[in-house]
Amino acid sequence: MNATAVTADTAVRTATIALVGQPNVGKSTVFNMLTGLNQHVGNWPGKTVERRTGTFEHRGVRVDIIDLPGTYCLTAASPEERITRDYIIQNRPDVVIAVLNASSLERNLYLVTELLALPAPLVIGLNMVDVARDEGFEIEPRVLSAAIGVPVIAMTASRGQGVRELIDAAVDIVQQGPSQEPSRPEIREDHREVMAQLLDLVGPYVPAAYPPDWITLKLLEGDEEITTLMRAALPAEVQTQVQALLRRHEDALIAVATGRYDWIRRMTRAALKRPRAGHITLTLRLDSVATHPFGGLVVLAVVLALVFGLTYTVGAPLQGWLADRLLGTIAAWAGRLLAGGPSWLSGLVIDGILGGVGTVLTFLPILVIFFAAMGFLEDVGYMARAAYVMDRFMHALGLHGKSFIPLFLGFGCNVPAIMGTRMIESARGRLLTIMLAPLVPCTARLAVLTVLAPAFFPEDPTLATWLLTGLPLVVLALGGALVSRVAIRPDDAAFIMELPLYHVPNARTIAILVWVRILAFLKKAGTIILVFSVFVWLLATLPHGDIETSYLAAAGRFLAPAGSLMGLDWRLVVALLASFIAKENSVATLGVLYGVGENTGALVDVLRANLSAASGLAFLVAQMLFIPCVAAVAAVRQETGSWRWALINVAALAVLAFVGGVVAYRLALLFL
Amino acid sequence: MIRDGAVPLSNLGAGESGTVVRLYGGIGLVGRLAALGFTPGATVQVVRNSRFGPLIVSVLDTHIALGRGQAARVYVARRGNPNPR
Repeated sequence: MNATAVTADTAVRTATIALVGQPNVGKSTVFNMLTGLNQHVGNWPGKTVERRTGTFEHRGVRVDIIDLPGTYCLTAASPEERITRDYIIQNRPDVVIAVLNASSLERNLYLVTELLALPAPLVIGLNMVDVARDEGFEIEPRVLSAAIGVPVIAMTASRGQGVRELIDAAVDIVQQGPSQEPSRPEIREDHREVMAQLLDLVGPYVPAAYPPDWITLKLLEGDEEITTLMRAALPAEVQTQVQALLRRHEDALIAVATGRYDWIRRMTRAALKRPRAGHITLTLRLDSVATHPFGGLVVLAVVLALVFGLTYTVGAPLQGWLADRLLGTIAAWAGRLLAGGPSWLSGLVIDGILGGVGTVLTFLPILVIFFAAMGFLEDVGYMARAAYVMDRFMHALGLHGKSFIPLFLGFGCNVPAIMGTRMIESARGRLLTIMLAPLVPCTARLAVLTVLAPAFFPEDPTLATWLLTGLPLVVLALGGALVSRVAIRPDDAAFIMELPLYHVPNARTIAILVWVRILAFLKKAGTIILVFSVFVWLLATLPHGDIETSYLAAAGRFLAPAGSLMGLDWRLVVALLASFIAKENSVATLGVLYGVGENTGALVDVLRANLSAASGLAFLVAQMLFIPCVAAVAAVRQETGSWRWALINVAALAVLAFVGGVVAYRLALLFL
Repeated sequence: MIRDGAVPLSNLGAGESGTVVRLYGGIGLVGRLAALGFTPGATVQVVRNSRFGPLIVSVLDTHIALGRGQAARVYVARRGNPNPR
């Protein structure tokens, strides 16, 4: 590091720093440590990849920091990798901070070898030195720094150690100007000649933003994006020569990677001492159960039981309190306040707006619990194990093992399931999981099923309930297997996942994660839910103040011909439509339309008297497969970053429900 | 066909180790495997390998869960078993 502070330009007042690192290095902890709640979470434009930015002050410099997606390398194979390298090349941050996990230093330095080829000064944050020490590694940061030629700061970010020094080093570079001459890895010896030839050929035509060395390297690696870029930039005759050269060296990718690991071995020779073989660590001991083919499933079942247990013992009472006590009090107060005014106004405020707010509020306890649980399991390192034991089953559905936990949470509520997909690294795997999540029967749908099944299947309502619960899951499995093969192909069907070392979770990281997710839900999904709730309430109320003559009923009558194909009359169609706000609404709506109010016993009797078993079956099938509730749609919109996927999801499920209803009705007419 | 005696990594049982000889596959897969340390000459040890489902392989001080299909594309020269666990 340049210690001559004389040249320091203290006039520098702003800086942009990019955080990069492989997965499981504690990068988010570093980011949270620096920004606290001063952060913004969104999506990269047009992508389902999370984009986190924040600001903080350090030594009078206002630092804009961006947390780039975690990647093992910088090929163009995944959106995360493309985002990270494009950001560094196009936006040229003042400093790139590479966060490394000290307990797998060599593997982590692979990303550094890629970063050193890019045009940005580098600082290395050697994180988790405490874990590495426990594992038996001895690392000399100063020796490593001298070897590579960039600052290396030892840190234990989970305890706040070293974070300040890390930013000091970064701000030093900003103020003194980039003057790094780091050691850079070279391609394996037998390919140096080819590399030089290729550089001579393409060098003059490389677009200004890109370093020619890097372009050459990426061409040799066979990088599709760069190959396309250069095909456009090169004159035809040069392009022919380049192609011929590359064709003769198709194995160059391995030569590049081997060259990088040779460099890593040289850099760490003096700086790293590894533990003696046969050192049995805590992680090994825990994994002897947690990744066992059977033991692992038992552990997972216990973990999930605990999460759901927590939800029902803490979440459900809180939900009830929020809905009845808090909102009830506000509604009563609003009722008194509006008592003198027109009845439509108190209706709008109490049933429309407060009803919508209530819908949003009742999600909060369950969201907080699920996010906290997921954050804890992820931070402690267990999530990868759960993904490992479930991968063999999820694989058949075209899904990654990591999709299991979010989907399973969907039994509680689809909203945290959809939002929980954020921990799936593969962007397309995420999208596929998001699109399938609404097929997991949530508690609200199960409640409807439990109330109505006795009406249509008096002999054996339990069996009917089980079969109807299984139906959407079967559709989910078939849909996943089909969609992953034809439409949303996962980036690579490959299952390659690191099992990080277990470590003590950081409460602050989990708390911030929960806070950020909840805030995002309230701001984005909450608004949509509120607007739609009021809108559908208006449809169900206008123009005469009762649902029987409302626009919603008119829509139900309009759709009655389609409904009759499923054996449903307009009332049942309206009930389906009303369940868009919240699934449990279909029971309440049927109660109103059949004139029995909230008496579910009477509803069961009147439905049994009015409807055939075939119609009843068709209705329940359609209800189980019907479009997600507004909150789930809002969550899909929020997580995919566009209405497009939300609308596709709604359309697909509407068609599915209709087809399912028709098939069920026709089959039931034949057999029941 | 395999003259150098290299076998797919998926053939190794738990506790067995080997030296990576070569990788098969498209640049996406080979690139990712290479980044994780599966380069020719690297030592790998199989930690778990049951009859179906992914393997767990130790490479460069890290445990990596590897799908059976991916593990079949990493060819290794089996090593003696100097330190059975």
